[in-house]
Amino acid sequence: MTQSVVVQVGQCGNQIGCCFWDLALREHAAVNQKGIYDEAISSFFRNVDTRVVGDGGSISKGKICSLKARAVLIDMEEGVVNEILQGPLRDVFDTKQLITDISGSGNNWAVGHRVFGSLYQDQILEKLRKSAEHCDCLQCFFIIHSMGGGTGSGLGTFLLKMLEDEFPEVYRFVTSIYPSGEDDVITSPYNSILAMKELNEHADCVLPIDNQSLFDIISKIDLMVNSGKLGTTVKPKSLVTSSSGALKTQHKKPFDAMNNIVANLLLNLTSSARFEGSLNMDLNEISMNLVPFPQLHYLVSSLTPLYTLTDVNIPPRRLDQMFSDAFSKDHQLLRADPKHSLYLACALMVRGNVQISDVRRNIERLKASLQFVSWNQEGWKTSLCSVPPVGHSHSLLALANNTCVKPTFMELKERFMRLYKKKAHLHHYLQVEGMEESCFTEAVSSLSALIQEYNQLDATKNMPVQDLPRLSIAV
Amino acid sequence: MSIVTVQLGQCGNQIGFEVFDALLSDSHSSQGLCCKRENEAYQASCKERFFSEEEKGVPIARAVLVDMEPKVINQTLAKAAQSGRWKYGQHACFCQKQGSGNNWAYGYSVHGPRHEESIMNLIRKEVEKCDSFSGFFIIMSMAGGTGSGIGAFVTQNLQDQYSNSLKMNQIIWPYGTGEVIVQNYNSILTLSHLYRSSDALLVHENDAVHKICAKLMNIKQISFSDINQVLAHQLGSVFQPTYSAESSFHYRRNPLGDLMEHLVPHPEFKMLSIRNVPHMSENSLAYSTFTWAGLLKHLRQMLISNARMEEGMSHHTQPNFSWGLTMLPRLVLNPWFQEFKTSLANMVKPHLYKNLEGFKDPALYTSWLVPVNAFNVWKTQRAFSKYEKSAVLVSNSQFLVKPLDMIVGKAWNMFASKAYIHQYTKFGIEEEDFLDSFTSLEQVVASYCNL
Repeated sequence: MTQSVVVQVGQCGNQIGCCFWDLALREHAAVNQKGIYDEAISSFFRNVDTRVVGDGGSISKGKICSLKARAVLIDMEEGVVNEILQGPLRDVFDTKQLITDISGSGNNWAVGHRVFGSLYQDQILEKLRKSAEHCDCLQCFFIIHSMGGGTGSGLGTFLLKMLEDEFPEVYRFVTSIYPSGEDDVITSPYNSILAMKELNEHADCVLPIDNQSLFDIISKIDLMVNSGKLGTTVKPKSLVTSSSGALKTQHKKPFDAMNNIVANLLLNLTSSARFEGSLNMDLNEISMNLVPFPQLHYLVSSLTPLYTLTDVNIPPRRLDQMFSDAFSKDHQLLRADPKHSLYLACALMVRGNVQISDVRRNIERLKASLQFVSWNQEGWKTSLCSVPPVGHSHSLLALANNTCVKPTFMELKERFMRLYKKKAHLHHYLQVEGMEESCFTEAVSSLSALIQEYNQLDATKNMPVQDLPRLSIAV
Repeated sequence: MSIVTVQLGQCGNQIGFEVFDALLSDSHSSQGLCCKRENEAYQASCKERFFSEEEKGVPIARAVLVDMEPKVINQTLAKAAQSGRWKYGQHACFCQKQGSGNNWAYGYSVHGPRHEESIMNLIRKEVEKCDSFSGFFIIMSMAGGTGSGIGAFVTQNLQDQYSNSLKMNQIIWPYGTGEVIVQNYNSILTLSHLYRSSDALLVHENDAVHKICAKLMNIKQISFSDINQVLAHQLGSVFQPTYSAESSFHYRRNPLGDLMEHLVPHPEFKMLSIRNVPHMSENSLAYSTFTWAGLLKHLRQMLISNARMEEGMSHHTQPNFSWGLTMLPRLVLNPWFQEFKTSLANMVKPHLYKNLEGFKDPALYTSWLVPVNAFNVWKTQRAFSKYEKSAVLVSNSQFLVKPLDMIVGKAWNMFASKAYIHQYTKFGIEEEDFLDSFTSLEQVVASYCNL
């Protein structure tokens, strides 16, 4: 069994990370009734005997003593991290896993990347190495950050290069929150584009998510819960936004519900690697199956169901509905419509009491309405995990490598160009040592090249599939 | 003589468990429908082949379990121990922490050499436990990374180290519409390598077994465990003891050897398939009766019309004596293949042998073989696994050409766009290796087509 380390950077990254650890504890508590530290828990948590001072406290088997998250928390201002440390999750984190500063990055990628990058480089490296050492077999780094700010965006992507150099064999999965159109940070296009260049070059897999989609999903859930359709009530614990049963019980912040969705995404992504099933899928298989060319590693995700009804006997029709929903544009965590764009590859990660025949039936049914690239007409990867998420009897996570990410990137580029043409706010960046205008132009051309790749694929969309001439053998 | 089974990857281990379970529960079943002495001889023969000395009365399977991540092996060991009737050897498994990631190159070039010594040691220990060793039975899938990549690597090693022993690889052909996106690449790499190092490839297609579960056994929600059980039933009926040529009461001593001798007359033609009649759910079994004539007629028709199961096949295909295109009223003409499948060799195991003349028709076979060489019958009095009468047909015929051709075609299309190739070159499998595989498989397809 392998382990993963979560690196949460910046305000957004840390808030999401906090929700994630909360949910992870809840999930393992539900599954692991006996309190034994097993391999499933060890993928995200260490078992530590807190009476031992210093480093020697790790226990590898037996009863759970005290669980510590395999996480590194980085933020250049103290507010968020302090709050976490004073909250109910304080025991899950080690003070040695934190890196904080006071002043913050001022929503400036250059400050995050260059100034704080060089300042904290050694410390960060040391913390990362420590967490890697605590792992038997480290498979993956999960980086959570936002693209629009300064720390998450700048320092978060600085990390990527470091991880690539230090731990070349460990996968880097990045969960990036993209700024939506109505973002209140004016310089977010600059920050995002500069960060994208790093993502293009140093990440193995990126899961882009945007706030607007998360917000729309929340509104939809609220509507369902409050509309109280006759005879149907939503199981309270089943909301993908709910953290009931978890340690944090107060949803005071507006972003909490949205962060819960992302946390659920990460949990479901790793479920087949942690728990048993009839068709397992490890994290390295995600990259292997969904990344046909190294640059095209952006995966659009969708989670269903968002809630379950209290009706316990779920007939197969509801199950099929779950599959249909996964492809509808309302359930995507990015503003995208995969059904009307070209699929390069698609992965369906199913949890719960779903069998292979159900999956196959739905693939057959949905195939006709989806367009796949000519050389990958049957590009499906499936995984079946027998352990359902808390509050649901089954769930589905769909990851798609689809050209529908293109509009998001194009929009971002447009917003960037609007600012850049006027040279607005540029001086804040150029003030930082080592930053020049060429950084900006390089970043834009990197993004343009990516968009061009997607364009080329889209051009093949409606062409008939031709079988290429095969090798002929002299008999 | 004993057979050592090597179970590789998630698929191999899950199926291996079901096979041993089926073999043991059949040999202990009370519905053998034969005399006591017969039953005992059968049980003893089955035990010697697949299980070794008992420890506290529980037979230990002659198997080596290999997987690159621990979840499945742990589950398999637990299930076997739970059954109470048999178990796996304590030290018979090899496990790592991180899987092969569906990457054939990783399995073959990284995991294989890295763990070569440990795996081969485990196998050697198992072989040494056998009084007389017949050969290897390797269970693996083609679509993933461990079963396919390490399977190919291990088979090659077995070829080198145990060149006098026989190796039969049980390959699981993946579903046509993806379980794994790169399954076509993994499959062609596996097949081309196995064709060189294995002695026979016994193929099971997930699609076919799925249909059997759906149509014949009426299972509504088919799980992999249902599929594996049907598979195990088919394999069990092939491997259970049968009479040797001399007389009744003497069970065949060398099943693998005899199988290979009869079914693989030429190294160019190694792909075998199994067809089994009847298949039904337990509920229907109590209300059914069979006649031999009916069963065997179905079996023959399945062979000719290339059906995988006894429903839904065309009864109008007749053998004919020319090897040109068959012109038949209701079949769509496919310029590449004759709809009527010619066979290289067939072997039937009916219980309570009856009229098998239908299988000796020379029109069924290719021109360079006479039926008497190509067709063999193995029989036994004892019924198998609750079926009063059953027959299984193992054949080496053209039936796998179409699926093979499809896989090669799809892999070729993907290869032309260079998709996913960087994942393989990262671990040492270059484009030339792909081209080599394509070439050897096109050769196999062409040879089978020319039958």
